[in-house]
Amino acid sequence: MERFDRRYIFLVIFVIVLFPLIWPLGLPIRVSKEVRGAYVAIDKIPPGSKVYFACDYDPGSMPELHPMTIAILNHLFSHNVKVIGGCLWPGAPPLLEEAFNKVAVEKYGKKYGVDFVNLGYKEGREVVMVSIGRSIPSTFPADFYGTPVSKFPVMQGVNSLSDVAMIVNISAGYPGTKEWVQQVQSRYHVAIASGCTAVSAPEYYPYYQSGQLVGLLGGLAGAAEYEKLVGIPGTATRGMDAQSLGHLAIIVFIVLGNLFYLYLKKKGKLARR
Amino acid sequence: MKREIPLIITAIFGSFMVIDYFVPHPTVSGFGEMLQQWAIIVVAFAYVLGVANIARISGQKITRRSRDWPYQFPLLAGLAFMLTVGIIWGVGERTLFNDFYLYAYSPMQGTMFSLLAFFIASAAFRAFRMRSFGAALLAIAAVIVMLGRVPVGAMIWDKIPVISDWIMNVPQMAAKRAIMIGASLGAISTGLKVILGIERNYLGGD
Repeated sequence: MERFDRRYIFLVIFVIVLFPLIWPLGLPIRVSKEVRGAYVAIDKIPPGSKVYFACDYDPGSMPELHPMTIAILNHLFSHNVKVIGGCLWPGAPPLLEEAFNKVAVEKYGKKYGVDFVNLGYKEGREVVMVSIGRSIPSTFPADFYGTPVSKFPVMQGVNSLSDVAMIVNISAGYPGTKEWVQQVQSRYHVAIASGCTAVSAPEYYPYYQSGQLVGLLGGLAGAAEYEKLVGIPGTATRGMDAQSLGHLAIIVFIVLGNLFYLYLKKKGKLARR
Repeated sequence: MKREIPLIITAIFGSFMVIDYFVPHPTVSGFGEMLQQWAIIVVAFAYVLGVANIARISGQKITRRSRDWPYQFPLLAGLAFMLTVGIIWGVGERTLFNDFYLYAYSPMQGTMFSLLAFFIASAAFRAFRMRSFGAALLAIAAVIVMLGRVPVGAMIWDKIPVISDWIMNVPQMAAKRAIMIGASLGAISTGLKVILGIERNYLGGD
C-alpha cells in the first residue's frame, strides 16, 4: 500500500470537490444551537448600538472565515448596528476593508466613520486586548488610513469595551477567541460571539457551554448555517456541497485504507502459518 | 548585577500586573495602562528586527550559496517591493500595495490552504489505521463527526448530527476541559516561578 501512487487520491478529491462547485447539489443545511446562539445574541442588539468586530485572520484562512465575516456584517448592518473593526493579525486589515466595502458601502449604503470604522492592525496580542478593554482611542489613536479616531462620529461616546454591546471575533488561531475570552470576557464581562476555523472549534466549545461565548460558528459549516439564518446564501452555502462530498471521500479513503490494512495483516498471518 | 536587575524588574512589574487584575483603583489601572502602552511600543520594534533578520539570513544564504539559495531573491525582492509601495503610496483602498495584497498574496495563501484537503485525504488512506481499540474508537468518532458536520450526514441518517453533537458536547468537552484546566494550572505555576525568580530561562545565555 505504501507504493500506491497518491496522485490518484489527489485526482479523486479534485474531481469530487470540483463537481458540486460547477453543478450545485443544494443539500439542506441544518442550523446548530451554537450558531443559532450567535444569531439570536446579535439579533437582540438594539439599532444604533456599537459592536467591536475583532478580525483576527489572514488570507490563509480566508476561504473558511471570510464568509462568516460577510454573513455577520450583513446581519449587523441590516439592523443598523455600528461596527468598530480592529485586527490583531497583520494580514487582516485589507480583508476587513474589503468586507466593509462589499457589505456596508455597496449593499447598505453605510458611511465610513459614521456607521463603521477600520482601526487597522496593532501588534501586542493579549496586551492590546487588555488595553482595548481600558481605552480603545489610546490603543488605536488613528485608524487604518492614519486618520485620528477622535474625528469619527462612530467613535463618539466609545472609550472602552464597556461602551460596546458585543465583541464579534473571527479567529484563525493565536491571538484569537481563546485570548479574547481569557483576557477580555473574564475581566470586562462583555458578550463575545466567535467564528473560528473548524479545526479550532472543539477548543472553544467549553467557552460556549460555560456562557463565556454567546455563540460559536465553526468553519465553513458554521458560516453556511449563519448565511441560512440571515437569508443571504453566499460562498459558504455553495461550498457546503463540495465539503459534504469531500468528507464522504475522506471517509471512503479511511475505510478502504483499513480494509487494505486488514487484508495485508491477514495475508501476513497466513504466510507465517 | 547582570542577572539580578532583570530579575528585580520582572518581579516588580509581574507582581504589579497581577495586582492590576484584581484592584480596579484608578491609580493602579492608570499605571497598568501606561505599562501596556510601553509593551505595545516595545513589541512593535520586533517587526523592525524581523525585517533586519530576514535580510541578514537571506543575504548569508546567497553569499554562501546554501541550499535553495536562488529562492532568497524573490523573497527579498517581494519584501523590498511591498515595503516600498506601502511607504510611498500607502496601504489603503485602491493602492498598489492593496492590489498586490488582495490579488496576489491572498490567492496564493488560499491555494496553500486548499492543498490541505489533498494531503488529508492521502493521510486518511495511508495512516488512519485501526490498530487497537483506542484507534478504532478514534476513527469511528472522527467519521461520525465528519458526517455530522455536513448536510450529507443528516441525509444518510438523521441521527448522525445528534450523535455528532453528543460527541462534541460530552466526551470531547470533558477531555478539553481537563486539558485546559491542567494547562492553566501549569501557566499559573510558571508565571509565579518567573515572578519569584525561580524560572530564569527567559534571561537566556549562561
